[in-house]
Amino acid sequence: MLDVNTQSPETHLKPCWSCKGPSPATALFCHTCKAVQAPASVDHFARLGMEPTFDVDVAALDRLYFDLQRQLHPDRFATKAPKEKALSQRQATALNDAYEVLKNPLMRADYLVHLLGIDVLPEGCNLVHDQSILMEAMEMREKLMMADTQDALNAIQRETKTEIDDVLSALSLAFAGHDIQGACRLTTRLKYLDKMMGEVRHSRARLMS
Amino acid sequence: MAQLLQIHEPGESPVPHQDDAEMAVGIDLGTTNSVVAVSSEGQVEVLKDDDGQALVPSIVAYAPDGSAIVGELAKRLLLSRPDSVVSSIKRLMGRGAEDVKSLGGQMPFDIEPHHEGESQLVRLNIGGHALTPIEISADILRALKDRAEAHLGAKVEKAVITVPAYFDDAQRTATKDAARLAGLNVLRLVNEPTAAALAYGLDKSAEGLYAVFDLGGGTFDVSLLRMEKGVFQVLATGGDAALGGDDFDHAIANHFLEQRKAGLGETNLSAGEVKVALMTARMAKECLTTEDSGEWMLTAGDKQTKHALDRATFNDLIRADVKRTVKICHEVLTEAGFDPMDIKGVVLVGGSTRVPLVRETVSQYFGSEPLADIDPDQVVAVGAALQAEALTVGSDTLLLDVTPLSLGLETMGGLVEKVIPRNTPIPVAKAQEFTTFKDGQTAMAIHVVQGEREMVDQNRSLARFNLTGIPPMAAGAAHIRVTFQVDADGLLTVSAGEDTSGIEAKVEVKPSYGLSEEEMSTMLYDSMANAKGDMELRLLTEARVEAERAMLAVRAALQADCKLLTVGERETIGEQMDKLIDAIKGTDRDAINAAAEDLDKATRVFAEKRMDKGIRDALTGVAIDKLQSSVSDGENA
Ligand SMILES: [Zn+2]
Repeated sequence: MLDVNTQSPETHLKPCWSCKGPSPATALFCHTCKAVQAPASVDHFARLGMEPTFDVDVAALDRLYFDLQRQLHPDRFATKAPKEKALSQRQATALNDAYEVLKNPLMRADYLVHLLGIDVLPEGCNLVHDQSILMEAMEMREKLMMADTQDALNAIQRETKTEIDDVLSALSLAFAGHDIQGACRLTTRLKYLDKMMGEVRHSRARLMS
Repeated sequence: MAQLLQIHEPGESPVPHQDDAEMAVGIDLGTTNSVVAVSSEGQVEVLKDDDGQALVPSIVAYAPDGSAIVGELAKRLLLSRPDSVVSSIKRLMGRGAEDVKSLGGQMPFDIEPHHEGESQLVRLNIGGHALTPIEISADILRALKDRAEAHLGAKVEKAVITVPAYFDDAQRTATKDAARLAGLNVLRLVNEPTAAALAYGLDKSAEGLYAVFDLGGGTFDVSLLRMEKGVFQVLATGGDAALGGDDFDHAIANHFLEQRKAGLGETNLSAGEVKVALMTARMAKECLTTEDSGEWMLTAGDKQTKHALDRATFNDLIRADVKRTVKICHEVLTEAGFDPMDIKGVVLVGGSTRVPLVRETVSQYFGSEPLADIDPDQVVAVGAALQAEALTVGSDTLLLDVTPLSLGLETMGGLVEKVIPRNTPIPVAKAQEFTTFKDGQTAMAIHVVQGEREMVDQNRSLARFNLTGIPPMAAGAAHIRVTFQVDADGLLTVSAGEDTSGIEAKVEVKPSYGLSEEEMSTMLYDSMANAKGDMELRLLTEARVEAERAMLAVRAALQADCKLLTVGERETIGEQMDKLIDAIKGTDRDAINAAAEDLDKATRVFAEKRMDKGIRDALTGVAIDKLQSSVSDGENA
C-alpha cells in the first residue's frame, strides 16, 4: 500500500440532505433514511474502495466499478424524485471519472505521480526534460515517417508494444520502491510511447485508404 | 381534467406511488417504420393493429384542419396526396434549414421562412401547415401511445425510446422533445444496438464480447458490447450515417437504367420515373434475398424494358458497400483494442441485414454465425420494452453506455479542441480551461461542436453562446472554465465561468436546432386541448413524489432518533406530517409544497439535535477505534 495523505473520513459527518440527520461524509447512502448522497471529495482509489497502488488488478477493478454503478447509476433512480436523480447522476459521473483513470495504466501512473508527488516534485511531473526521452521520441517518429508498408508499421507497433510493457514493469517497481522521481520519468516516457501507438494506428488507417 | 378523474372511484383518493404500477412501453421510432412493445415479467409483446401488423409506417398525413393520420392509412395517401403526406421525418430530427437543403430533392416540401425569435429548427410546409420535425414525430409517437393505451386499457405516460447510436445531441434532444409533446415521459433514451442486444437476453446468459451490426435503410451502425454478470457495457460504437439498404436499391436501379440505356439509347427520365426505377430495384433486392434470380419490368415514358438479375450480379453491385460496413467494424474493433476472434457473437439488426451477402460477409469476418432469430425489424422495440420494465419495476441488469461522438469547442483558426472524446462512459462531466487573447477582453464566443474531424466546419455545430461579464484583465490572465456534462441519455449541458475573479457567468446551452421552452409550451398548448391539464398533472405528480420522499425521510429519522425529542416537539412534527398527508391526498400543488416546507421547518431543531448526537457518537467511536488500533499496532511490533 502506498502512503497517500488522506483525511480519516469516518470522523467526518455531514447532514443528510434528505432527513437532515448525521451521515458519514463518504457514505453513498444515508444510514438512516437510505437516500443517495452527493459524491464525497475523495481520491479515485478511495472512490472505488481500493488502496492506492499502481498494480491494479483490472478484473477486481471492474467488479468494484460494476458493484458501485449497480447501486448508483441513474437507471436505478428512473422513477425517483428529481433531487435523487440528480445526485445519482453526480455519483455515477464521479465513478466513471475514477474508473477511466484507474483502468488505463498511463492515466493511472500520471494520477498516482501527482497524488504521491505533490510534496516531492515542486511542479508535478512537468519539470522533467529528459534528453534521452526526447531523443528516443524523435528517433521513433523518424522511423514512423519512413514506414510505408503495413509490415513496417507492424514492426514499429510490436517494438513500441514491447517497450510499453517494459516501462509498465519498471513503473510497478518504481512505485513499489517509493521512487517518485523515477516513476515520473517513466510516466513521461509512457506518454510518448502511447502517442506513438496512436500515430501508428493513424498511419495504418491512412495506408489502408 | 374530468376524464383524468374518472380513473379513480368516487371518494377514492389517488394512492401514493400509483406511478410505480403504471406500464412503461418501449418504442422504436424508426425512419421507415415504428414499433411499440410492452414487457411484463420479462415477456415482451409487440403491439399489433387489427390486421396483425406490428410495424407502423413512420408516415403522417395532415388533413386540412391539421389533424394527423399516421401509419398504413397515411402510406396509402402518399401517392395521391404527396403534398400533405410526410415520410422519413427522422432524417430531419434536430436539423436546420441548411441541412434540409443539402438533402436535395428527398423532401418535396417548402421550407418555411425563419421568423425572428424562433429557434433555427426547420419548419416544413405540409398541406398548408407549418410543422417542425419534432411535431411530426410527436404525431407518430401519439399514434403509438394510442395503440398501447387501447391494448393495455390504461393510460401510458412513460416510455423508453430508442435512437441510433450515432445520433448527436441535437437529434437526441429533438426526440425527447417530441415525446414530451406526445405526452410521454422518457425514462431513458436507449441506443438501438444496445436495445437489440438486450432483446437477445445477452445481459442474462452471455459473458464476453458481442458486436451489434445494424444496417438499416439509410444508416449503418456497429457497437461493441461487453457482457459480464448482468452488466452490459458498451465499449465502442461507430458507423456511417449515410450507408444502408437504400444504397443497394440505388445500385440495382443504376444497373437497370444502364441496361436500358444500352438498349434504347439515352433517355431523359423524370423524377417520378426514377422513383419507379428505385421501387422496382427494391422489389428485386427483396426477391433476391430468397431467390437466385428473377426478371423485372421497368416502365418509363412509353417504353417498357425487361431486366434480369441474378444473385451473383446483385452481390457484385453491392459488394463495395458491404465491404465498407466490414471496414467500419474493423476500425471500431481496432480502436477498442480487439480482434475479430475476440468477438463471441454478432447480433443482426435492421431490415438490410436480410440480404444474403451481408450475412455471409459478417459471419466470415467475425468467424461465427450471427444471431438473427428475432425479427430484425422488431428486435429494437423488444429491447426497449425490456429496458422500460427494468427501469420501472427494477432489475439486476445494468446498462452502461458511452458517448457516440466526440464533443468539443472551437478554438483559434477554426480548429476543434476535444473536451469529451467519443466512447467515454456516460454520465460524464469534463472541464476545459481557456483564456482571453486580448488585453481587457470582457466577452468570449463559445462554439460547441460534435464530431471526429479536426476542423470546426466539418463537424456538427451544436450551439453558440457568448460568455460575457469577464472582468477586464491582461491577455492570458483570465481562467475561463467550460464544463461539458453528458447525462445517461447522452444529452449535453454546457456551462462556463471565469475562475480568478470568482464571477460565475453560467450559461446553459440548448442545441441550436432544439425547441425553446416557450416554443415547447406553445406547441403543447396548440397540440392538445388538455395540454395545460397534463402539464399541471405532471407538476402535481412531481410535488407528490417529493413530499412522499420527505415524509419517508422524517419517518426514518423518527424511528432512529425519536428519543431526542420532547413530547411537545414530537407532537408538532406529527401534526405537520398529518397536514402533509392531507395535502398529498388533495390536488393543490401549492398546498403540498407549503405543507412540505412547514414539515421541513418543524423538523429543523430535531435535525440539529441529531447532528449533535451524531458527532458525539462519532468522537466516542473514534476514541475506541484509536485505542484498538494502537493495541493492534503494539501487537504487530
Ligand atoms: Zn437521511
